[in-house]
Amino acid sequence: MRIIPAHMTRLSTIALFVGWLLLAAFAHAQGVNARTGTITLGFSSEPPTLNSMESTDQVSSMILSHVKEGLLRYGPTGELVPGVAVRWELTDHSARFWLRRDARWSDGKPVTAHDFVFAWRTALLPTTASQYAFILYPVKNAEAINRGELPATALGVKAVGDYELHVELEKPCPYFASLTAFMTYYPVREDFFRSRGERYSADAADMISNGPFVLDRWVHGAALSMVKNPRYWDAKNVKLNRIDIPHMTSDPQAMFNLYRNGSIAMTGLTRELLGKAVELDYPIRSFSTGAVFFVEINHRPERVTSALKLRQAIQALIDPAVLVNRIMAIPGNRPTDTLFPSWVKGVEKPFIEEYPPPVIERSLLRARTLLQEYLDESGLDAPPPLVLLTGDNPMAVQQAQYIQYVLGQGLGIEVRIDKQIFKQILEKMRAGDFDLVTAGWGPDYNDAMTFADLFASWNENNRGRYQGAEYDRLVREAQGSNDPRVRMQAIAGIQQLIMDDVVILPSYENSAVYVQDPHLKGVVRSIFGGDPSFRYAWIEEGSAP
Amino acid sequence: MMRFIAGRIVYGVFTLWFLATATFFAMHAVPGDPLASEKAVSPEIRRNLEVRYGLDKPLMTQYGIFLGNMIKGDFGISYTQKNRSVNDIIREHFPISAQLGVLALLWATIGGIVFGAVTAYYRNRWPDYVSVVAVIICISVPGFVFAALAQLAIIALNEAVGSDWLPVAGWETGSFRHMLVPSLVLGLGTLAYLTRLMRSSMLEIMEADFVRTAHAKGLGTQRVFWQHQLRNAILPVVTVLGPAIAGITTGGFVVEQVFAIPGLGRYFVQAVQQLDYTVIMGTTVFYGAFLIFLVMMVDILYGVIDPRIRLAPERLRHQGGPI
Amino acid sequence: MSTQHYPNDWFAPAPVHAALDLPVLPPESYWQGVWRRLKANRRAFGAAVFLIFVLLFTVFGSVLWPVDPAKQDPGVLSRSFVAARSLPVAMPDHWQAPRLDWAANVPVSGLAAPANLHAVSATSDAVRLVWQPVAGAQHYRIYRREGGGAGRGIPLAVIPASYLGYEDRLDVHAQDYHYTVIADDGLDEAREGAHLMVRPIAVISLLDAQLQGLVPLHVPADIDTLHVDLPMHPLGTDHLGRDMLARLIAGGQTSFFIGFGAPLLYIFIGCLYGAFSSYVGGRVDESMMRFADFVIALPFLLFMILLRVAFGIGAGESGVMALIVAMVLLGWPMSARLVRGQVLQLREQPFVAAARLMGAPSYYLVWRHMIPNVMGVVIVSLTFAIPGAIFTEAFLSFIGMGVVPPIPSWGSLCNDGIQSMLTHPHELLYPAALISMTVLAFNVLGDGLRDALDVNLDVRS
Repeated sequence: MRIIPAHMTRLSTIALFVGWLLLAAFAHAQGVNARTGTITLGFSSEPPTLNSMESTDQVSSMILSHVKEGLLRYGPTGELVPGVAVRWELTDHSARFWLRRDARWSDGKPVTAHDFVFAWRTALLPTTASQYAFILYPVKNAEAINRGELPATALGVKAVGDYELHVELEKPCPYFASLTAFMTYYPVREDFFRSRGERYSADAADMISNGPFVLDRWVHGAALSMVKNPRYWDAKNVKLNRIDIPHMTSDPQAMFNLYRNGSIAMTGLTRELLGKAVELDYPIRSFSTGAVFFVEINHRPERVTSALKLRQAIQALIDPAVLVNRIMAIPGNRPTDTLFPSWVKGVEKPFIEEYPPPVIERSLLRARTLLQEYLDESGLDAPPPLVLLTGDNPMAVQQAQYIQYVLGQGLGIEVRIDKQIFKQILEKMRAGDFDLVTAGWGPDYNDAMTFADLFASWNENNRGRYQGAEYDRLVREAQGSNDPRVRMQAIAGIQQLIMDDVVILPSYENSAVYVQDPHLKGVVRSIFGGDPSFRYAWIEEGSAP
Repeated sequence: MMRFIAGRIVYGVFTLWFLATATFFAMHAVPGDPLASEKAVSPEIRRNLEVRYGLDKPLMTQYGIFLGNMIKGDFGISYTQKNRSVNDIIREHFPISAQLGVLALLWATIGGIVFGAVTAYYRNRWPDYVSVVAVIICISVPGFVFAALAQLAIIALNEAVGSDWLPVAGWETGSFRHMLVPSLVLGLGTLAYLTRLMRSSMLEIMEADFVRTAHAKGLGTQRVFWQHQLRNAILPVVTVLGPAIAGITTGGFVVEQVFAIPGLGRYFVQAVQQLDYTVIMGTTVFYGAFLIFLVMMVDILYGVIDPRIRLAPERLRHQGGPI
Repeated sequence: MSTQHYPNDWFAPAPVHAALDLPVLPPESYWQGVWRRLKANRRAFGAAVFLIFVLLFTVFGSVLWPVDPAKQDPGVLSRSFVAARSLPVAMPDHWQAPRLDWAANVPVSGLAAPANLHAVSATSDAVRLVWQPVAGAQHYRIYRREGGGAGRGIPLAVIPASYLGYEDRLDVHAQDYHYTVIADDGLDEAREGAHLMVRPIAVISLLDAQLQGLVPLHVPADIDTLHVDLPMHPLGTDHLGRDMLARLIAGGQTSFFIGFGAPLLYIFIGCLYGAFSSYVGGRVDESMMRFADFVIALPFLLFMILLRVAFGIGAGESGVMALIVAMVLLGWPMSARLVRGQVLQLREQPFVAAARLMGAPSYYLVWRHMIPNVMGVVIVSLTFAIPGAIFTEAFLSFIGMGVVPPIPSWGSLCNDGIQSMLTHPHELLYPAALISMTVLAFNVLGDGLRDALDVNLDVRS
């Protein structure tokens, strides 16, 4: 009775055996395949929308930069190079672009100036409700159209023939050329757009390309593939045949495991994974994402943080260097005391080399003294508690806990962490329901102004509602001129003001560390124009160097 | 009989209505703004977005529209994936969760019955102890720890064998090897639960009079095992399968997240994190309806099989599952 | 009709023999029996002892190990063990790397390795490297590797060639580092770089020492010779340099608070609801149970997430209350249904009917029969509900919807730990083991209790 019936054991053996056969029957995918010219990648998330007029996020921008091309594009070292336009001319009040005649849509029809006019007008329509409509505002009447005050046809852009585009500018815009490489400026062909209606760009079949790749397959939430576009005007210089993205997960560890397994060609590293990657002797790479992170401060008069002395006390205690080197501990992040990252151009050299950021004297003694002055001024016995709003990603939480600890131990300020999901943070920031918030800003175009006007009183993104007449004046001064010297002088004034008035507490310039299959070459990591870019990438055969 | 079935269906519809209402109001109680975006938008654009999603109407009107659309089977379009309807999302992603769930359930049922029978047979001897320890680990280690460890184990296995039979993560439609480990991990909890159930029911049966009679009649050990003990011991396992399916299909978040599987569970968590109203409501109502449907089917089936149930339907419903 | 005669002595009382002494069991109440049976179950008893130990650990642990779980020591991040130390204090100073005023932009074929690479100072606060210029260099790339291995390690920085030094402050510890400085001409790296092995001395920065109250605000004159004493961390530290032991204790408090709080509340509410429903009976009973069924039909995890978000958490709140309220809202119907079922079943039991026949008042029926019999089932369901609640909290923490930092819970500790599982397994191991063992103990105890409460299983009867 205690014996296990014989067929039971046999049956399970058979089941196991069948299992192994099934497993062995499948071939495996590779991160890079030199023979077929295919690379395999993983994405952190699904692109929310691939309609270039409405896209706002990183993932969509990466894909769009491969399947579409604007008037200009970014080259292998991050410089602006001709895209659909072969030549351009920029003056204070207008811009002209001459389009190449061999640019084709993936169905064979030529890319014309009308496609740009249509795209820009449509993106600005109030009914499109594009969040990035503002990036078209340098074009004459764009803002009025977006508000619904003028019809779309009033937009200051017109096609002269099929291959010449004339743009009227609202005011001088020295960086207009770089804007045309941005996805909202990409062309959209009217007849195709109309033929798809609501479904435009919803699936691979509802898209049409004029870039180096074509979207071949899009299984939502699961997989995406791009194949080389044979009709692309520069197809002979596109080396990869196929980019497969069969993995979508926001779990960096899962992604790293895929890389270890040789299933994907590159992956980003968190601090913890960095340690493992070093242990495995992987060559580690890093690149600057161009974004700046800072602690935004609520300046609304009813909040305690509107008191300058309190802000100064906090500024004197929180050292970005400790945060970057000890708490985050990822190489490449640069502690900073200014809003302007090191890649921002000045007159000739990088801006912060021409105008080094002011030095902040940090010590516990100075912080306590400033706090005491604040208490004396406001007649309080003890500092009031502060609300620190933060996101739910591990890095932000870590940073928030560090600030909480330092302000608590150093100044006796009770910091209440308010951890929220992204949409709720935005809502609380809009409503002003915070004292401090960990925030960051990624540039939209290659000019200091993408950061500088952030805290102008009229900017909707100035969520701390900083109101400074001097700040506004400096922003207007920089916006109203095409002379780099005048502009950079004004920007330097803004930089000084940010420190003196403690508009924000800058923390660090962001970098990302990643590992990449050594056979894969020529991948361009850049701040602008979709990252990473495989337009110039190739696979080197043979063993890894 | 027909009256009984009709009654169950009416009851199911009411439950669905309650579910939809609870979801709608819980959702709208969530602080935050589904239209908020990284780049602040002008009031004009905002108004346009509100009109597009019907957020400009009063709450009760929105509720009415929601119910009306729900009856038509339309859950609207996603807030974050602007040109996909919630129906598309469910249609594309639920089958993946379902496949994973069915496979997990298969492992759990087979494993539960086999282990349960083995442990009962070898009561208080080493196979029993080994199984009990395994079951205990399955019950007491959190699923996300298990999933992460399983992934490491795959890497180690692939490195040791020098191949990669098993993908570390990812999903390909119809690919068994992509489903294998995730479904095992997903099924473990239920497997452990069913093992326990099977073990105790097997122990009970082994002492039962009819088993003793069968032995006394001189039937062979094997025949008694297969025809009398196993058959009868499996019954309680079968009765909890309904709730178990529900538990597995809605419990896939972690596995889907860690193994990068585009199931509906992962979509739900993402949607909550992005306050994607329509997706959250659509998914919840869909899952709820699925559960209600399952319970209803089980009820009706029991009613058909055993007429006594119709008189006292409550005792057999909601047996409780490993949820 | 015949009469049968029986001997008279057949009806005489039997003589009392000592040998025939029947085992007379001492009278025992229901609960005494339960307790005896539970004690006899070694596994369940062991589980109970373990749970008491863990409870004592979390409740009194913070008295025995009075370390602030939020205190950060950036000098020791993610260590598996830290011994007590005595360290010198590093004063802050601004170091400027030597600079080249002009760079000869002469293209050179083949870049050399930087000569004379050495460290001008090396502490765990900063390692300062300097080297001689390389002709034709556009940038210098600096790499750092820890201990063994063959690669260059992590890329610390790429700096313009006008700088001839670099200050490395990236999470430096008192351990061997292997630095590589290599020139590039704007496109390609030189073939050879300069290498340097450095072992920094351990120091504590002035700010850290002051924040921990080890050095007064006004820095004493003898600071250069001063050593400060730092405590040990027997179970190591987490990614912010916080003491793991203290966090495990604090995390246990949170987990148990949720684990006990939510089930106690919802089972209590459920009992009242179920008892009331079954007491009133009829239409009211039916509609009350219908409502409970509606709530049961809600998908638990989905609604748990939904409610947790819907309640929202204000600034400075831990989120524990939101979790408990959500669990209570979704959890009560199960116990309501359980209690109602029990009560209905008990009402029909012969012993209750007998008691009623004998004229027992209803308070006696409730007190003597209903409560003890229902109690057993309720207690068993409680022992299974507690690990369920601990698990739910851990799961929500995993998807980022659990308690809010810096309040730890075992679930959130696991979630923190899982991110560094590959490099610092101890951060996951301890909380995961505690969760698993506690959940396990509750399950075993629950099984044991269920058996102990079941009089039919008793060997005595």
